[in-house]
Amino acid sequence: MSYTINGKSFDAEPRPGQCLRTFARDLGWFGVKKGCDAGDCGACTVWLDGKPVHSCLVPAFRAEGREVTTIEGLACDGCLHPMQQSFLDAQAFQCGFCAAGMIMTSASLSDEQKKDLPFHLKGNLCRCTGYHAIEDALNGVASVEEDRPGHACGSSLQNPVAHDIVVGTARYTADVKMEGMLHLKVLRSPHAHANILAIRTEKARALPGVHAVFTHEDVPERPYTSALHDDYRVDPDDTFVLDDVVRHVGQRVAAVVADSEGIAEEACRFIEVDYEILPAVFDPEKAMLPGAPILHNKEFTSRIQHGNRNIFLKIDSEYGNVEAGFAEADVIVEGTYESNKVSHAHLETHVAVASLSDDGRLHVRSSSQAPFQAKSKLSYLFGIPLEHVHVYTERVGGGFGGKQEMLCEELCVLGTLKTGRPVKWEFTREEEFIAGVSRHPMTTQIKVGAKNDGTLTAIQLRVVSNTGAYGNHGGETLAASLSQSLQIYRCDNMQGTGYAVYTNIPPSGAFRGYGSSQTVFAVESAMGDLARKLGMNLMELQRKNVVVPGDAVHSIWEGPSDAEMGSYGLDQCMDFVEEALVSGRGETKPEGDEWLEGKGHAVHMHDCIPPTEQRSEAHINLREDGTYYLTNGFAEMGNGTITSMRQVAASVLNTTASRIELVNADTDKTPYDSGTFSSVGTSVSCKSVSMAAEILKENILRLASGLTGAPPDQCKLVDDSVVCGSRTVPLTELFASVSDARHKLHVMRKAYGSPRTTCFNVHGFRIAVNKITGEICILQSVHAADAGTILNPMQCRGQVEGAVAQGIGSSLFERMVFDANGKMVNPAFRNYRISAFADIPRTEIFFADTYDAYGPLGAKSAGETPIIPVAPALSNALEDATGLRFDSLPFSADRIFAKLATLS
Amino acid sequence: MDLNTITEIQRPSRVEDVKDWHAGCAYLAGGTWLFSELQVNTHTLIDLETLKWPSLTATAAGLEIAATCRVIELEKFAAPAAWIAAPLLSECCHSFLASFKIWNEATVGGNIIMSLPAGPMTSLTTALEGEITLWPRSGDPRTMPVVEFVTGNNKNVLKPGELVRSIFLPGHALKKKHAFRRFTLTHLGRSETLIIGTRCPEHGEFILTITASTLRPMQFHFEGVPTAAEVRAAIDGIPLDQYLADTHGSPEHRQHLTYHFSEQIRQELSA
Repeated sequence: MSYTINGKSFDAEPRPGQCLRTFARDLGWFGVKKGCDAGDCGACTVWLDGKPVHSCLVPAFRAEGREVTTIEGLACDGCLHPMQQSFLDAQAFQCGFCAAGMIMTSASLSDEQKKDLPFHLKGNLCRCTGYHAIEDALNGVASVEEDRPGHACGSSLQNPVAHDIVVGTARYTADVKMEGMLHLKVLRSPHAHANILAIRTEKARALPGVHAVFTHEDVPERPYTSALHDDYRVDPDDTFVLDDVVRHVGQRVAAVVADSEGIAEEACRFIEVDYEILPAVFDPEKAMLPGAPILHNKEFTSRIQHGNRNIFLKIDSEYGNVEAGFAEADVIVEGTYESNKVSHAHLETHVAVASLSDDGRLHVRSSSQAPFQAKSKLSYLFGIPLEHVHVYTERVGGGFGGKQEMLCEELCVLGTLKTGRPVKWEFTREEEFIAGVSRHPMTTQIKVGAKNDGTLTAIQLRVVSNTGAYGNHGGETLAASLSQSLQIYRCDNMQGTGYAVYTNIPPSGAFRGYGSSQTVFAVESAMGDLARKLGMNLMELQRKNVVVPGDAVHSIWEGPSDAEMGSYGLDQCMDFVEEALVSGRGETKPEGDEWLEGKGHAVHMHDCIPPTEQRSEAHINLREDGTYYLTNGFAEMGNGTITSMRQVAASVLNTTASRIELVNADTDKTPYDSGTFSSVGTSVSCKSVSMAAEILKENILRLASGLTGAPPDQCKLVDDSVVCGSRTVPLTELFASVSDARHKLHVMRKAYGSPRTTCFNVHGFRIAVNKITGEICILQSVHAADAGTILNPMQCRGQVEGAVAQGIGSSLFERMVFDANGKMVNPAFRNYRISAFADIPRTEIFFADTYDAYGPLGAKSAGETPIIPVAPALSNALEDATGLRFDSLPFSADRIFAKLATLS
Repeated sequence: MDLNTITEIQRPSRVEDVKDWHAGCAYLAGGTWLFSELQVNTHTLIDLETLKWPSLTATAAGLEIAATCRVIELEKFAAPAAWIAAPLLSECCHSFLASFKIWNEATVGGNIIMSLPAGPMTSLTTALEGEITLWPRSGDPRTMPVVEFVTGNNKNVLKPGELVRSIFLPGHALKKKHAFRRFTLTHLGRSETLIIGTRCPEHGEFILTITASTLRPMQFHFEGVPTAAEVRAAIDGIPLDQYLADTHGSPEHRQHLTYHFSEQIRQELSA
């Protein structure tokens, strides 16, 4: 059969059921991505005879004799297609995984079609950007600024991989071919809770092309946690690579390594399992009751606190005396708030490829947010010396916390150790839903007391967090939920009780907002209620009670804290949002009496660094050619640290970012970094770089001074030279002249995550709600962030826009739903909707003008936290519009209409 | 996605060439559903594309739509001016959750055969009194109203191996006034309810077709424009368990919207 892809014709014979997506990828066109493999996300969009199609749905044989164009074929004679150029100029991507499909769709649109972007882009999902930059690209708006010496910090510099992203040559984790590579697939449990009595694998093993089959009998007898933290002891050792007990529908039971995915899938169907079905429990309150089915009755060494009551961790802490505080109160409000189970939905699913080199070392290509943690975990699990394990990422397609977890690397390693060959495993989108991790659903009971003048006297929280079948991140998210949600308020009496509870649903994990999103929803909604009850404006109530510079950062814990406000922009943020909401900007309310209008906002203060151990090391050296080589172990998954880190170094060294070569996230090539999560990209990883660059600068100036005789204070780094009084020494010359002092041109510094500065976010909405249908229309959305120095305005805006979009989705419609047997009913993007272009309004974004005392060049965290105030801001706007308090997320029309009906 | 269980593709040029149909065979039209999920019990795909059925045939009697007609072709169809209901063709095409890119492959017949409550081709052909023609493996073709073809959520009367050949929209239906309401939980999402009313300019007959809300299309005929109470009474006859429960809407909300929009349609067509 004859095929033509990107102008190249060839004969090939696709497999009968093969789709065009994998056919193109097998031929090396890796620009064709897999986001869902079901036609919902558009990441695999190609042109067939010039028409855009989702290549995952097109039978490969139907492309015979037709012209296939992938992203790699869009540029002509080395010239970018205008749409590629527009995406480059607007930096209309973050992780870049959706960009190929987004560009292929956008480039196919006529001018007429471009007039309706919500409609024409609804088949292309982006989880990172919030679509604003994509709209900019389609409208020809350019945001990228020039890279000028000394101006790197504060400029909207483009991502160093941007060109590769728009032409489709950026390599993501799965975009690799290795000689002799095998494929792994797993058999998953149909039961929510069962003992495995027997597994018969003979038929599977007998299938031609099968190289290995693994069950719980073949895995290391070492319990571990899939969560990735610098200090693994904060999470419980409750997991085995394969277990003889299944605790949720979708838990893996057996793994097959075979020549192809198809053979591995078939072999999985040949495995017979005898289960002893056990009673299951899905409600965490019921799971804590006597007589409930027990998920993990393990020894204390597992660090599970009350396994016999399904409680991984109970926290109970009080600052001051809440009983006295409530006694003092004139007004008390109470409420119970429920948050939903939300999927990260990073477009690149979890992927890993393990292989062995001739020297016997193990190499793991991974989509991890924390390669160094994955490395030590693999070393521990398989008893391999640390120095024999190499974990690295190339480009990672989104994370949001979902990849702060080791979910596939270990089985690939098992396969490689057994077969000696490279083994690859790519999660399907369904697996991402049923066996990946998600946001912890939490039920928050809150009680707040205040004096008539608004002074807070006591706040009390009781949080029940559903950690699902495993405890990964259950403890740390619980601690965050009880503390980060309260610390913005000055209140002498705060108390929190929390439970991280095991149930038979798929495990929860780290998710942008990490516990705070769930409880800030409760706290800020309660503050809205309190303001109403006191007859005060919420802003007024907050201004009376929020922390101010000089205050200690505290919540429910006794004793001192290393969290400190290294800068303070909350006042500016509140002013920005207040002014925007009274400005009258935004859309007008739809006509008709059934539409009610309301405004609301919420505030948040967040620690820029986790309370657990966090450190990062940077190495930087001047090279012979006068440029710099920088290494740091942080992971890049669209967070933009790869861009801002070079800006930090360039800024300190008074040069352009283009003169800084950066290598990251490779345990062989870069020094240690705890991992990229918990808002640390800027506050810790970039901090190590600014520290190292400062030392390098000093050394360079000192050496230049020695060379020229000019006093050090008259030497200045200017781009590629040192100006020493009247003489200019090019860095190449300096390098050549100091052969006896080269060690001074190669420096390293470590940054530690202490003290932990804080950032602030305020979000405001004006909405209309249809009291008959329950539809919510966002008329105006405004966000103000205090992220200290803004290292890259375009990128910081993008992070805010993306976080707000994720917040709008999880507040308005996203919801993982499970049936009575614990099986997820909507494990596909068509049934678990994430925000599409049409769902996201433009958000007005403001940044406070602050300079942080602890962060690099005055910068602090920007990307994680804007999601947090979104849900309560919507809740407060809804309350303002209707007089009703909605306390269960998401606020989809079908979940709020019944309560709205009480209005008429 | 790759359908790794498929071992054979048949590409017949005539239906008579399809021999030996048995369990494990599946007809491939656009493939946009088939290739969106694993099909572990299927080993043979029989491609209907090579039959080259003419997609759209407009005559004075009405519009014949081949089962293999791509959605894009229906969306772009230029109807005679007298067919004042023709805007519904485009409106229903725009009621897919799926992208316009999927229209390039997906077929009208495929959507009706999926028989999902939110299938907009079912909504369209039901509301316009479509007749569907089925070709059994043996024996004579059979024809029935689309409203009877779909019997439940993902259920219809199709027998194993039976083909849907075409859907015929009668000219008299295409000449009716119409009103259209649709609601989705997310913008441009999957229909939670899709309700169409038609009214015959000559005889005044009013037909209310409720889809997406309910497990199968529900159709109510009135001789003239009904009263609000009559419409309510008709909807009252649909038990709550006949409303769909899924992540695109709750049964209660679908029922609520069905009452609300049906009344709006009644009023719109009263004018």
